[in-house]
Amino acid sequence: MDKGLPAKREITFETELFGSKTFLIYVEPVFSKAGETIGINYMGMDITDQVRKRERMIKIREEIAVQKAKETELNRTIHITEETMRAKQMLATMSHEIRSPLSGVVSMAEILATTKLDREQRQLLNVMLSSGDLVLQLINDILDLSKVESGVMKLEATKFRPREVVKHVLQTAAASLQKILTLEGNVADDVPIEVIGDVLRIRQILTNLISNAIKFTHEGKVGVKLYVVPEPPFAKEGSQHGSDGSTANQTTTNVPKEETCTSTSQTSSDQRGFHGKKHEGSCQNRSQSEPGTPVMNGKIDVTEEQAELPETTVWIRCDVYDTGIGIPENALPTLFKKYMQVSADHARKYGGTGLGLAICKQLVELMGGRLTVSSRVHCGSTFTFILPYKVSLSCDHSDDSDDPDDLSDMDDHGDSDDDATNGFFQFQPRTLGSLFSSNGSSRTQKLLAHNIGHVNSHKINGFSENYCSFPTSNGQAKEMDLVEDACSVAEALEISSEPECSFSHSPDHDSESAICRGRRHHNDVNGENKVSSIDVSTYSETSREVDVKVKISEPQLPAERQGRSDSGSQSTLNTSQEVSNSISKPKILLVEDNKINVLVTQSMMKQLGHTIDVVNNGVQAVRAVQCRSYDLVLMDVCMPVMDGLQATRLIRSFEETGNWDAAAKAGIERPSPSSDSLQPDCTPPKHIPIIAMTANALSESAEECFANGMDSFVSKPVTFQKLKECLEQYLP
Amino acid sequence: MLGSGADRLRADVNRLLAFLFHQGILDEQFLQLQQLQDESSPNFVSQVVNIYFQESEKLLRNLRSLLMERKLSDYKNIGIHINQLMGSSSSIGAKRVRNVCVAFRAASDQNNRTGCLRVLEVLEHDYCFLKNKLHELFQIEQQRILAGGVGYPMQN
Repeated sequence: MDKGLPAKREITFETELFGSKTFLIYVEPVFSKAGETIGINYMGMDITDQVRKRERMIKIREEIAVQKAKETELNRTIHITEETMRAKQMLATMSHEIRSPLSGVVSMAEILATTKLDREQRQLLNVMLSSGDLVLQLINDILDLSKVESGVMKLEATKFRPREVVKHVLQTAAASLQKILTLEGNVADDVPIEVIGDVLRIRQILTNLISNAIKFTHEGKVGVKLYVVPEPPFAKEGSQHGSDGSTANQTTTNVPKEETCTSTSQTSSDQRGFHGKKHEGSCQNRSQSEPGTPVMNGKIDVTEEQAELPETTVWIRCDVYDTGIGIPENALPTLFKKYMQVSADHARKYGGTGLGLAICKQLVELMGGRLTVSSRVHCGSTFTFILPYKVSLSCDHSDDSDDPDDLSDMDDHGDSDDDATNGFFQFQPRTLGSLFSSNGSSRTQKLLAHNIGHVNSHKINGFSENYCSFPTSNGQAKEMDLVEDACSVAEALEISSEPECSFSHSPDHDSESAICRGRRHHNDVNGENKVSSIDVSTYSETSREVDVKVKISEPQLPAERQGRSDSGSQSTLNTSQEVSNSISKPKILLVEDNKINVLVTQSMMKQLGHTIDVVNNGVQAVRAVQCRSYDLVLMDVCMPVMDGLQATRLIRSFEETGNWDAAAKAGIERPSPSSDSLQPDCTPPKHIPIIAMTANALSESAEECFANGMDSFVSKPVTFQKLKECLEQYLP
Repeated sequence: MLGSGADRLRADVNRLLAFLFHQGILDEQFLQLQQLQDESSPNFVSQVVNIYFQESEKLLRNLRSLLMERKLSDYKNIGIHINQLMGSSSSIGAKRVRNVCVAFRAASDQNNRTGCLRVLEVLEHDYCFLKNKLHELFQIEQQRILAGGVGYPMQN
């Protein structure tokens, strides 16, 4: 009205009768001849239907637009996928093409290596060969991966012997081992002698996992454990294996993951105890002839069925464990992804392409299994894969002893033992290629197997004879008697190595306390399976073997221990010291807050051949000493939170009193004793050499250092010479 | 084949190092660092020195801000910073910087603010000089490696 212009508008009315209706209203002012507004023309039109239609049209158009967008996306994705497939295909083809001439080059280089070359040429050639090998490996990895992914990989089914495979893989790894590590292999008794599977791939997986373990482990051990497990939940196999509910809890699937750090053959001794009960499928047909065997009762009907079947499936689990640098939790999910390494630093430091684990996982899953990992940083990792294997029942007569109570039976087996049944291998560094005699190891094996409830072991009998004659004084002479038998038991015990310390301070001789304990436990032996707890770890400690986890099952070692504890008869003290030292590296702790100093000192130590632990203040230092037994501590004096002098005081107080009360008073809580603890309360803690690192070499600081319990000091800056002298003086 | 360029660069490196040693800017500890450089850690020296630079600049900044406080009483904290700087400097062989730190500590022990400020100036100056020289050293070394010379450590 104001503007004097006509206007159009849509207005929606709510009517009672018809619901919501929309009208188009047209209003127009009417002017008189003079130009004045005198009225309006008002028109209304019902456009409800049109409006509805219009809205629907809009909606439809929207939908169409969305659809179109989706289509485009989809097409794009398809396009990308196609490209990817083509690229992969091309990569595979190219890799294949590259491989032939490359292996030509490598072969020529190898031939060249056999000709006469001077030093420089040989060096160059070595570089050629190693580079060439590396590239070939890489190409093979790529090809494998693409093969597996594209589903072209065909799996073989051949008969092979798991024990041999494990042994060979370990042997190969040991042969090229550059570091001081112990390699072990442990195949449970219930693993059949022969199984059917794709041995090549399995070997590949094992090799890959083991070389990874070796790569990331700088001290300690790397090992393989093989044992039978009941059908895992992820398998869709039928129930023809019976619900192993009764045996499920007896398998070592409940091996806690933390045990990566502790002795793992402890669990193998558990298994062996149950080995009579765990005959998965493999000898179920035979159980028919032995209705007496306990567990089989419930399965008679099942086994009768199976007698008809030509083969059955056994699930074998393989743990590849190490005491290496571990894997942080946040890296675990991406571990098996292609091209992923734990971190960029790792990639730089350790090399590798990140393909290995991806291949392993693919292969394992292709074969119907699962690959998993558990790890603890600085402690170690365990990679586990479970795979089904077919077993042809006709071929495993000799492996399992169905009567675990018959000791003499197994002894016979043992004497005529051959590699077929030997399940335990160990490769010590510097003894490359030497497989420990099956004698020793299988004897141990059997000992463990029959520790449970076997009082009749003649070895233990020997023990009891001397029991009465054991005096309470420092019976060095008596040790002679006991040792003969303690030795073989010692072997067994070393393997289980469960330091059970039920004694308070043993006065003088550590080995005496071991025997005391042995005596006590002998009493228990009659009823329980606790023979394994005779603690020979104190032997270890007196022979300066800091790392109890290192298992020594050399047959000749007991003889050395004999010499060790019996100074009267033999003097093989030195050899046992040597043995232990060649196996354990000295543990050195650096306590320093200055980053630069840490870097420099650490580097120097590395060049001198030692790896060191680093903490940044006195509190951390005390905690570290609480957790681990160190051979040498380099302690900076000036540090935040707690300085070196106080930390040293606390450590010395522990050494004198045997407890950490002073530390607790200072606010450092004692960590809960773990099985890692190497300081049993019954032995006096040994004096740790603590070297102060002083910033100024003023004489008063030196006195202060000595007053607080330090053994010596080096003045900063730290040089090679100073470190070397220190190490020579304080490390044996 | 070592190009004469590489030879010349190596001479430059040697000359610079000799200068730095002669002037007391670096000492034998720097040689220790060089010994730690090998195939497994080919950039050790420059890595450590770079970390040293980062840490030292932090410390120097803190020191300046501490000393600039209107009411300066936290000499203990200053002492701690100085100790840190002294420790890392001596670890990499930065002799002159370290010696200045000793003087700095003396002034700080006496709670002498003016003295501290004066020493801090000297310290900052010497540190900058050191940093420049070391950068120069690394640059020449880098060029020499690129020119095909044999890398660190120079076996005399």
